[in-house]
Amino acid sequence: MGDRKISRRDLLRFAGAGGAGLTLGAGGYATLQRATDTRDAGDAADGLLPGASKVPFFGRNQAGISTTQQEHMQFAALDLVTEEVAEVRDLFRAWSEAAARMTRGEPAGEENYSQFLPPDDTGEAFGLSPANLTLTFGVGPSLFEKNGEDRFGLAKAMPDALSPLPPLTGDVLDGARSDGDLCIQACADDPQVAFHAVRNLVRIARGLAVVRWSQLGFGRTASTSKTQATPRNLMGLKDGTANIKAEDTGLMDHFVWVPQGEGPSWMAGGTYLVSRRIRMLIEVWDRVSLAEQEGSIGRHKYSGAPIGKEDEFDPVDLEAKDESGEPLISSDAHVRLARQSADEKILRRGYSFTDGFDAERGQLDAGLFFISFQRDPHRQFVPLQQRLAASDRLNEYIRHTASALFACPPGASEGGYVGERLFESV
Amino acid sequence: MKRWEIFVGALLLCAVAGCGEPPPSGEQGAGTETTAENTAETTEGTMAETTAEETTVVDVGGNPELEEATDAYEEYVAEQIVLLEERTEPFVDAVLAGKVGRAKDLYAPAREPWERIEPIAAQLGDYDPEIDAREGDVPEDEWGGFHRIEKALWVEGTTEGQEEYARGLLEDVRNLRGEIEGLELEPVDLVTGSVELLNEVSAGKITGEEERYSHTDLYDIQANVEGSEAAFEELKPEIAGEDLALANDIEEGFDQVYEELDQYRRGNGWISYEKLDEADRRALSQKVDALAEPLSQAGQVLEKG
Repeated sequence: MGDRKISRRDLLRFAGAGGAGLTLGAGGYATLQRATDTRDAGDAADGLLPGASKVPFFGRNQAGISTTQQEHMQFAALDLVTEEVAEVRDLFRAWSEAAARMTRGEPAGEENYSQFLPPDDTGEAFGLSPANLTLTFGVGPSLFEKNGEDRFGLAKAMPDALSPLPPLTGDVLDGARSDGDLCIQACADDPQVAFHAVRNLVRIARGLAVVRWSQLGFGRTASTSKTQATPRNLMGLKDGTANIKAEDTGLMDHFVWVPQGEGPSWMAGGTYLVSRRIRMLIEVWDRVSLAEQEGSIGRHKYSGAPIGKEDEFDPVDLEAKDESGEPLISSDAHVRLARQSADEKILRRGYSFTDGFDAERGQLDAGLFFISFQRDPHRQFVPLQQRLAASDRLNEYIRHTASALFACPPGASEGGYVGERLFESV
Repeated sequence: MKRWEIFVGALLLCAVAGCGEPPPSGEQGAGTETTAENTAETTEGTMAETTAEETTVVDVGGNPELEEATDAYEEYVAEQIVLLEERTEPFVDAVLAGKVGRAKDLYAPAREPWERIEPIAAQLGDYDPEIDAREGDVPEDEWGGFHRIEKALWVEGTTEGQEEYARGLLEDVRNLRGEIEGLELEPVDLVTGSVELLNEVSAGKITGEEERYSHTDLYDIQANVEGSEAAFEELKPEIAGEDLALANDIEEGFDQVYEELDQYRRGNGWISYEKLDEADRRALSQKVDALAEPLSQAGQVLEKG
């Protein structure tokens, strides 16, 4: 150190580095050094190909929809407490900035070393790979109108497609876990990275918005790319084999992305997100015979192939009959009902969840956090779900316990923010 | 963080922790009053026990506005301690006289001054567990103070057997008053104290666990918020000078919390906390969070100078 005078600033820095170092013991310096290296070197330090673990935040569409589905999810719905549309706009701007940083593997805000302030970033993702983090934002019907009131002067910008979903047969919805003014879908291949992102975005929103409900998803139940195998849900079934895949850009454009001229212009290139918390009656399902399990879905349990076929991707033949002339895939089987109409294709991107045990029944509170993206939920999701709700044999083993609908605006370009065209319109 | 900054920090760390390099002796004569060198010198070898707070205390001395704010807040703390004694006396008298109803009436108001300054009062000796321990916080045979008497009053409906605790409580409060002279706060105490009071609300009051027998939690919550605001008010000119928007956000946050609380006032006091359902408690909690977040940024004024 020689004769160098130590300034007040240095003292602060010293306290910053020293404080952490002391807790870490003798290895403190090395640990700090390594954390910095990981940051600087990015992907190379993760042993991944450059770029392989990052999904760009900016783009024509928001990430987290047609991008390859990650293994973990943290979803949060928020209600606005501010009454100023300018503050909502600022929030979306701040969210986009932080999201762009975090998806690059950077902290949510500038790093600060003041001993007098809490750190800008909460820190639990330091040294972790960005793990393909995507952050997808949406706005719910209640942003535009709540209790008959145009809260933010946005009512005229409300798309018809965002009208609240009608009541659906069999729904036993918990209002406290449903709906919301805004949503954040964080997906990553590391659950801590997804958690960190939502935590920091919620922190940024503090004073402007509060969390209404949140859901942790621990395993993807769909594949959105031809490079991914179809995963199994908690019933042990492969469901969603026929999902739209990102590679099918024609199908994506037809069924997922809102085209220019359909609804308000701020939604062009956007899509609508439906979430359904579908609790599986696990204990009941586990007592069901293999034949009934397979009959309910219309697929063989082990291979995932349609009943009577060998391979998962063999075409589903709804006409096939057994020796006694009965349809191989029964009239109330899930696959039959799910694909009755070619117009109702949706992009499924759900996750398995568990919220531990249900204290009342002493049973597992677990199931599928269903997420679908579609161009118009009222023309795609609603008729599909109406039919499933009316006749699906799987209904005996599931309960829809929460529901939400959000409009996900198109992606932002560098320097812009998600929702820009909506909020600049007022 | 730039690489060299870590490096400088690490060197200093190594120096103080005695890991290789000799301590930076010889720099003491440089004529600076309170610098890292001094800190390092005086704490050499025992740095592991030196908290960041102590380091910061060294750093923020010498700003006259902050010193003034600190003096004013010290006065506030002293006033509250005096008030605590004034209100505890009749409460204790009622317990000793076996007047259950009167003791119940006096219980929550007596606690208010304590709740306004709790984090600071807790620094003055070991009075917090004596005065304010909740059941289970300390071993049963050491449990006394307000909450022990609270349980007797509300659960058993008697003052019988509480004489010992009542006298002990008053003695502790009087001793605490005796410590006022020794009260020497630093600006950083105002910042951390104001946030800590809100953290008290978030962590222990919203759930109703603080006043689990009397359900007088709203008295405590209001007092915590008032105490937090008192510290903020002293710092406000400094904060506003540094970041006006932040000062306004904090003020707005206090207004929102008070507004949320006001609906639960009844006469001179508050309704039972049991009357608040989950949604009510959540709304209050979120208002407190919305206030505490910007308040936690108030520490930036300490960087001045």
